[in-house]
Amino acid sequence: MIDKVSASVEAALRDVPDGATVMIGGFGGAGQPAELIDALIAQGARDLTIVNNNAGNGEVGLAALLKTGRVRKIICSFPRQVDSQIFDGLFRAGKIELELVPQGNLAERIRAAGAGIGGFFTPTGYGTELAKGKGTREIGGRMYVLESPIHADVALIKAEKGDRLGNLVYRKTARNFGPIMATAAKLTIASVHEIVPVGELDPENIVTPGIFVHRLVKVPRTVTGPAGFRQAA
Amino acid sequence: MQRLSREQMAMRVARDIPEGAYVNLGIGLPTLVANHLPKDREVFLHSENGLLGMGPAPAPGDEDYDLINAGKQPVTLLPGGAYFHHADSFAMMRGGHLDICVLGAFQVSTTGDLANWHTGAPDAIPAVGGAMDLAIGAKRTFVMMEHLARTGESKIVERCTYPLTGIGCVSRIYTDLAVLDVTRRGLKVVEIFNDLPFGELQKVTGVPLFD
Repeated sequence: MIDKVSASVEAALRDVPDGATVMIGGFGGAGQPAELIDALIAQGARDLTIVNNNAGNGEVGLAALLKTGRVRKIICSFPRQVDSQIFDGLFRAGKIELELVPQGNLAERIRAAGAGIGGFFTPTGYGTELAKGKGTREIGGRMYVLESPIHADVALIKAEKGDRLGNLVYRKTARNFGPIMATAAKLTIASVHEIVPVGELDPENIVTPGIFVHRLVKVPRTVTGPAGFRQAA
Repeated sequence: MQRLSREQMAMRVARDIPEGAYVNLGIGLPTLVANHLPKDREVFLHSENGLLGMGPAPAPGDEDYDLINAGKQPVTLLPGGAYFHHADSFAMMRGGHLDICVLGAFQVSTTGDLANWHTGAPDAIPAVGGAMDLAIGAKRTFVMMEHLARTGESKIVERCTYPLTGIGCVSRIYTDLAVLDVTRRGLKVVEIFNDLPFGELQKVTGVPLFD
């Protein structure tokens, strides 16, 4: 019987190698798998490349991982936030490499990796410094930039509910990068707040089919707190 | 020179958003536009973190930080709204499905080049987010900004000196002094606020305008 459920977050994260590229879901605090990140910190893998939309908030989760000094490089779209002081300090001290990617290119590069696409042309970023050195092509009278897929060794994502086969559903905008990151990694680990019997998730509403998920682990339900919050204009 | 307030600017932009439009309002000043959309007009607000049919901020105490906008502020979902993942969300943007996108800006050029993501200052930490995707994706890209920088120079320029967000992507500029259309002939004045004479507007604007 297939059972992808890990007994603990430690067990789920047991074999992340040094030098791994790790995708971490979330947009600010929403969808950030805090328990899995904590387990990665405890596990101790180093020389990591992290793929996330942001570069950590406050002192917890991704920010805490950065603080350990075990992240060599981060690939993200929006590192600078009101509460990104840990990243800001490392970056200014030259202790972390940053690959800044427009958010839609980040999403599509992840999607491309998961879908077996070797590269794609996008109009986003054409003529800007973020497209410097990249191939370009005119297609139908418009200019496009050649972008490459981003593959990962491990994806850590947060979902709401899953079953032992790895089928997942998400909660509200905490979905964000989870479904695409799940497809782009050799080892996808999902945290869920509830594990339900096979057959209980409505097949019409499964967002990530279990084929993309290798391990899932139940974590206590917590209330997502504010992160990267910017006051209204 | 009497300038529009930020709320008045938002009100003016809101007037040009038609019934049935799918719209993305950028972070900052454009966010205010949502407060001025007439209640009887069905407009669908998109947020790039995976939300269509975004509603107003929740009542105090009802905040749910799993339901946030691109500025990471808590919001609500209107009936008929939907959640989706990031690749779908950016397909809506890049794929030309949004009717209007409203963005703030540091500078806009006469040919509609946009600079709004990075000042290029050596000590600044760059952050681009969805700015470049938004700039080039929607059917029409509106810019909403003060006409003049705090230091007094025109934010409408011959050629952007700040790092570019997109090339030739802006269709219309709303400032606190005027509304300008980006055309093949240059910037056409659509409207001037508070009876400012054309000559005065021209004087403070960095590039030639036409009526």
